[in-house]
Amino acid sequence: METFLTILLDGLQFSSYLFIVSAGLTIIFGVMKILNVCHGSFYAWGAYTSAFFIGKFSEMGMPDGWGFLVILASAIVVGLVLGFLIEQVILKHMYHRDEVLIVLATFGLFLVLEDVILIAFGTDPYFAYQPMALLDSVEMGGIVRDVYGLTLIGVAAMVAIGCWFLLNKTKWGTILKAVIFDREMGIAMGINVPLVYTLTFIGGAILGGLGGAYIAPTISVAPGLGTEVIVLSFAVVVVGGMGSIMGAAIGSLIIGLLRALAVHELPQVELFVVFAVMAVVLVFRPEGLFAPAKPRKI
Amino acid sequence: MKKRFMTHALGMVAASALVFTGGIAQAKDSITIAVPSFLTGGAAGPFGIPAMNGAKMVADAINKGTLPAPYNTKGFGGASATLIELDEGGGATKQVAEYRNLVEKRNVDAIVGYISSGNCQALAPIAEELKQFTIFATCGTPRIFEEAPRKYVFRTMGHATSDNVAAAMYVKEKFPDMKGYTGINQNYAWGQDSWRDFDLTLKQIMPNSKASEKTQFPKIFAGQYGSEISAMSLDKADLIHTSFWGGDLEAFIFQGAARGLFKKKIGVMTVGGTAAYRLGKKLPDGLVLGARGPYGILVKDRKSVLNQWFVNTYKNIYGIYPSGPAYQYGQAILAAKIAYDKAGSDASNEQLADALRGITFESFSTTIEMKLGGGHQAATENGYGITKYDSDEGENVVTDVKFYPASCVLPPDGIDSVDWINGGMKGAKC
Repeated sequence: METFLTILLDGLQFSSYLFIVSAGLTIIFGVMKILNVCHGSFYAWGAYTSAFFIGKFSEMGMPDGWGFLVILASAIVVGLVLGFLIEQVILKHMYHRDEVLIVLATFGLFLVLEDVILIAFGTDPYFAYQPMALLDSVEMGGIVRDVYGLTLIGVAAMVAIGCWFLLNKTKWGTILKAVIFDREMGIAMGINVPLVYTLTFIGGAILGGLGGAYIAPTISVAPGLGTEVIVLSFAVVVVGGMGSIMGAAIGSLIIGLLRALAVHELPQVELFVVFAVMAVVLVFRPEGLFAPAKPRKI
Repeated sequence: MKKRFMTHALGMVAASALVFTGGIAQAKDSITIAVPSFLTGGAAGPFGIPAMNGAKMVADAINKGTLPAPYNTKGFGGASATLIELDEGGGATKQVAEYRNLVEKRNVDAIVGYISSGNCQALAPIAEELKQFTIFATCGTPRIFEEAPRKYVFRTMGHATSDNVAAAMYVKEKFPDMKGYTGINQNYAWGQDSWRDFDLTLKQIMPNSKASEKTQFPKIFAGQYGSEISAMSLDKADLIHTSFWGGDLEAFIFQGAARGLFKKKIGVMTVGGTAAYRLGKKLPDGLVLGARGPYGILVKDRKSVLNQWFVNTYKNIYGIYPSGPAYQYGQAILAAKIAYDKAGSDASNEQLADALRGITFESFSTTIEMKLGGGHQAATENGYGITKYDSDEGENVVTDVKFYPASCVLPPDGIDSVDWINGGMKGAKC
C-alpha cells in the first residue's frame, strides 16, 4: 500500500509538471498550427527569472513567502514580453509560409534565446530554494515528501480547470474553438484572427514560463534547462493529440504514472517507457488519443 | 692537418645545407594550445568554468614565469602559449568534427582538456589517427587506455576505478555495519562504469552487504529525481552511491535534502567536491565526499608551496576556492609545460609524447605517476571525507579525510580494471 501511494504521488507530481509545460505547447499548436520548439526557452526564461529574483529578494531580507509572488510574476512577465515580441516580430510575418519553415524558425529562436540566457544570467547555476524550504516536508506513505513538490499537483489542477473554464464557459473560449476548428471560417465570421494568434501565443508562453518558474526552487537552474523539457513535452502532446488540452492532461498522466511505476519497479526501463508509450499510441492512433476533430473541406 | 680541415669544411657545408633546407628547426617563440571545456550547458558552472579558470591561471603563470619552483622557468620550452578556449558541449559527433578542425585547419600545437568521458572515448582514436599530442584533463572512464594502446593521448589524473574503489574502501572503514547499498548514476559510460566498479569492489571487500536490485540510472541532465528519491527512500539499503556531477548533482542534493534522504541514508558522492563551495550551508552534513582524487576541498589545507600558490592565486583571482576541475585542468597544462620543457618548443608530436610518457612529476596537490596505460595514464592517490558546515568560518569543511595510495585503488599496468577487481584486487598495496 505504501509503495502504491508513493508511486501514485510521484506519478501525479511528475504528470503535473509535464502538464503545465505541455498545455502551453498544445494550445499554441491547436490554435496556430505552430510546432513551437522555442517553448523550451519560455520554460528556461521562467526558471531563470524566478530563481534570480527569489535570490535577490532573499538577499534583501524579504520574507520567503514573497517567492510565490515572484514565481507568478516571472511567468507572466516572461510570457508577455517574450511571447509578444516573438509573435509580433518573427512569427506574424511567417504565417503564410510552410509549417516546416516556421518550425525551423522557432528552433533558431530557441538557440538564440539559449545564448541570450548565457549573456543575461551567466553560466553559474542559480539556486532558489527558499519557497521549498518555507513549506517544509511531510511524511506520507512511509517516506518524507516536500510539501512544495505536492503543491505542483494543485497548480496543475488549477491550470487544467482554468483552461477548461476559458474554453467552455467564456466567449473567448468559443472564439478559440472556432479558430481551432476552421481558421478560414473564423475569419469569414468576423473573428480578429491575428489578435487571437497574438493572445494565444502569449498565453502559451505564460504557461511555459510558469512551468519553469514553479520548478526553479527544486532544481539547480543552469544553462541548457529548456532542452530536456521540450523533448518530454513533445512526447506528451503527441500521445494526447496535438492541440488538445484534454489530450495533454491525459498524456501527462499516462507518461507520469508509467514513468513512476518504472522507476519503482523496473528502473532499467524508465527512459524507455516514455517513448514506448508514444510509439504504441502512434501505431494505433497516429493523431494521438484526443486529437481535435478536423473539418472536411471540399 | 689537411684531413682535419677537410672534416671541418664538410661539417660546415652539411650544417649550411641543413639550415637552408630547413633541416634544423627554429625554436618557437609561441605555441597554441586548444583547451576544450564545457562553457555552456548544465556542466559549465560547476565544472567547465572552474576548469577553464584553472587552465588559464596556470598557463598565464607559466608564460610569466611566476609558478613556484621547480616550474619557475618562463614559457613552454621557452615559448609563450596562447590558449584557444573551446566549448565542449554539443555531443561527441560535434567534438570529433571540432577536433579535426583544430588539428587540420587551425594547426594547434597541443590539445589539453575534455571533461566528458563520452567525448574522450570518441576522441582518443581520432587523436591517434591524426597523430596529435593530446592530454585529457578530467574525463574518467577507464576504457580509454584499457581498450587500445595509445601513442599520442595522455590523461594526467586517475580514472573512475580509483574513485569508486577508494569510495568502497572508505565505506568499509567508516561504516563497517553497512548492510545494503543502492545507487543513482547517469545512464551513460561514466555513470555505468562508476556504479560497476563501486558495486564489484564492495562485493569483494564487504561480501555481507547486499546491492539493491533497483539501482537508478536516470538520463543525464534529467534534473528532477522525485520518483528516484522516493524509490531509494523505500529501499532497504542504508547507503546511496552516486557519481552525479554538475547541475544534476546539485539538483539531487537539493531534492534529496528537502526530503530527508541523507538523514536516513549514507550518501556517497564521488564527485561531490564540486558542490562543496558552491552550495555552502545547503550542503547536508554527513555526506561522504570525493573529488575524483586529491583535489579541491580535500586538499585545501595541504601546505606544499605549489598547493598554497594554487589555492591562494585562484582565490585571489576568482573569489572562490578552487574545486577539483580547476586543479585537474591546471595540472594538465603543467604536464604540457613539462613535456615542452623536456622536448623543446619546436618538438614534434612524437617528441612531446616521448617526453611525457612514463614520467613522474610533482603537481599542485599531489605526485603524478604516468605509469598506467603504457605510461599514458596517471596514477594518483584518491581520498574521501565527510561533510560538515563550519559555522565559524561560514563554509563547508571535510572531516575524517583519508587518502588511499594509487597502488591501492588502481590496477597494475596492463590489467583491466574489472578483471582486477573481480580477481580480488591482487597486488593492491593499501
